[in-house]
Amino acid sequence: MDTQISEVKTQLETGLPDVKLRTIGNSILLENPEDLVRAAFFLKEAPAFRLDYLSSITAADYLDYLESVYHLYSMEKKTGPIVLRVRVKREAPRVPSLVPVYRSADLQEREAYDTFGIVYEGHPDLRRLFLWEGFEGYPLRKDYRQEDTDVLEIADIEWLEKHGVNVPEKFKTQARELAAAGKRALSEKPAQPRN
Amino acid sequence: MNHIENKSRIDPELRDEMAKQNIFITSLDFIYNWGRRSSVWPMQFGLACCAIEMIAAAAARYDIARFGAELFRASPRQADLMIVAGTVTKKMTPNVVRLYNQMAEPKYVLAMGACAISGGPFIDGYNVLRGIDRFIPVDVYVPGCPPRPEALLYGLMELQKKIDSQTFTKAEWYQKGLKREFPVPELGPNGLIPKFNPEIWQPREQDARKTRYGQTVLTGKKQKAPRLEPVAVPPPPAA
Amino acid sequence: MSETILNEPQTLEINFGPQHPSTHGVFRMRAVLDGETIRGLKLVIGYLHRNHEQIAENLTYPGVFAYTDRLDYLNSMQNNFGYALAAEKLAGITVPERAEYIRVIMAELARIVNHLLLVGFLLNDLGAFFTPCLYAVRERERILDIFEDVSGSRMMCNYFRFGGVKNDLTENQLGEIRKVVSRLPAFLDEFEALLSKNEILCMRCQNVGGLPKDLAVNAGITGPMLRASGINYDIRKTDRYSIYDRFDFKVPLGQKGDVYDRYYVRILEMRESVKIVEQAIAGIPRGEFLNAKTLPLLRNPRLFKPAAGEAYGRIESPKGELGYYLVSDGTPQPWRYHVRAPSLINLTVLEEMCVGQKIADAIVILGSIDIVLGETDR
Repeated sequence: MDTQISEVKTQLETGLPDVKLRTIGNSILLENPEDLVRAAFFLKEAPAFRLDYLSSITAADYLDYLESVYHLYSMEKKTGPIVLRVRVKREAPRVPSLVPVYRSADLQEREAYDTFGIVYEGHPDLRRLFLWEGFEGYPLRKDYRQEDTDVLEIADIEWLEKHGVNVPEKFKTQARELAAAGKRALSEKPAQPRN
Repeated sequence: MNHIENKSRIDPELRDEMAKQNIFITSLDFIYNWGRRSSVWPMQFGLACCAIEMIAAAAARYDIARFGAELFRASPRQADLMIVAGTVTKKMTPNVVRLYNQMAEPKYVLAMGACAISGGPFIDGYNVLRGIDRFIPVDVYVPGCPPRPEALLYGLMELQKKIDSQTFTKAEWYQKGLKREFPVPELGPNGLIPKFNPEIWQPREQDARKTRYGQTVLTGKKQKAPRLEPVAVPPPPAA
Repeated sequence: MSETILNEPQTLEINFGPQHPSTHGVFRMRAVLDGETIRGLKLVIGYLHRNHEQIAENLTYPGVFAYTDRLDYLNSMQNNFGYALAAEKLAGITVPERAEYIRVIMAELARIVNHLLLVGFLLNDLGAFFTPCLYAVRERERILDIFEDVSGSRMMCNYFRFGGVKNDLTENQLGEIRKVVSRLPAFLDEFEALLSKNEILCMRCQNVGGLPKDLAVNAGITGPMLRASGINYDIRKTDRYSIYDRFDFKVPLGQKGDVYDRYYVRILEMRESVKIVEQAIAGIPRGEFLNAKTLPLLRNPRLFKPAAGEAYGRIESPKGELGYYLVSDGTPQPWRYHVRAPSLINLTVLEEMCVGQKIADAIVILGSIDIVLGETDR
């Protein structure tokens, strides 16, 4: 464990005694995500650290829980990184937003919401960033299934016929069979990992 | 690309001989195609990495102006050629198709780079269209990741050959009932609706990639998450 | 028409892009205008979201190198550098001395390429259509020739490997680099004579799009944009990654943080990069160019299986702080791979900088941020 991490840990424990935390490797896990804003604000203002620069927000999927990792640096003291992490349930994940403390969280939290579906509460404008409104699912979660782009589904057939496109019969029967079986055209065979 | 040579009924040697005497004889086809192929105006339309090579082709060393194609037009109405330079994502596809529809006839499409042709290295992505030829017809394919500027120039020369091979009398853009505007796809809940336009493109019967590598990458291939802390006790997820 | 209607403020919503000649790719923004003054601006991105992270999580670690090239496609060497640092941190690989020098030379050449193109495109946006850009691209081609010579590709170099680089530099190549680099100061003088004191450029750029210090820090702005606002923060100096502590170079700083400062900081950075490359060529030792322990990885990338853990590696890319966050689970594929893209995060303050300015200035401000859509959207 880094000396800086242990120092941050002791400072946090003395400064905010009701915040439960423990260290994982070189990072600090806040047991309760609700404490995140307080801890971040404390670290930003504490004269010993002055972590005024939030570098990166990463969301990650660990199957049992989702995680949000924060890398904090100090531009004033030129030190860092201090890594904070919070863990939330996969179902209805909610993490308080860091935008009130760091503006740099703005686009990164939208990105994490887009790809992992973590709802950052208090974010001023939480919308999908890369994908469009109406996209279903969160594509970087480990259970996301991609569509099979070579098989037309019933919605596609309807759309094509509405726009006056001739659809060959084989696609229609294929789509009808899929619809009758109540399936979506998903990628069936997992790909071999390539080198 | 299949194309036939332009068969002018004038003997080219005789024509050259007469040109020396300042007598010019030509067929309408020849002069029509000569004019069109020598001033192909591309659309200024860069999507990704290949656009930088397109700019390099337009710059001093490669100088696309030698082929009369240096006038990159920002408006599709003034362009003859759409160089699809880069990865076409699903989010971008409606815009590309709409731009194609807005171009005036005769119009050509050059798919530059592996991504525009088939999805290229990004073919596995959930937001990547696997080739622009699913929605609009492509005249010339220039492979490479990214293709060198020379390759783009070669593609342009191939396009000029194609233009040369078209005859005035049978030009499709003067024919009645020509359908060269394609419906613009919509963004659906999982990707595009429709996934492709069967009038232009249909999946292959035998897809080696599909059988050998599988179809797409499954993000959920792994079933065991790493444990970052060395402690044996599994961490309970916080509320 | 009655008087009241005429006096009402009328706003107009305008959409730029994604196909627009001066949005540097497929960037899109929606501006609310009052006359010609911008009252609000929202960015809509994702038109080049090509799933870099998802694809990388299904590749082997060495296989990701080829994809990092395509993040910020103007300077693939720097992207390789950041990823190599993160993965070497994860697996604890050391890099031989000579390889470090080669890396620094290539990274700084890439920085010059990037800044040259940026200045060219910025002038395009200002209306100097393609003349400065042609000069910039001319110099860029000379550097790309070097890249092609050493790596085999002009743009997508894929040159770095874990524990070193792919090929050694021959004496001949070093001589070529020295020759190209020695031309650059004279070229920059000429370039500056054309631009830096140009009346139109000064009028259009000075006092436009200012970015105050505290906002820049709070919004996580990095790179030349941060330094133009007057904050001395260069990761080459603070982290001293690789061997940057051995070189003598300065960090150029701006005062006001307007577009002109951002332009000028980049010109000065190119001069500093030239200095670094010259020092590196002078000091490059003989020896290995690749750690011998990583040789089997070249043949079989699936042997690279770092123990479960995480690593965050960051470099000072020409755009700002480029960070790679890697989580390993002991298999050949990373469990989580995340890129901290400077192009994306520097866009956070676009609205603040544009509001109150004229619409023509918004294009210039966007140009001075220096975004590459491949990195913004990934």
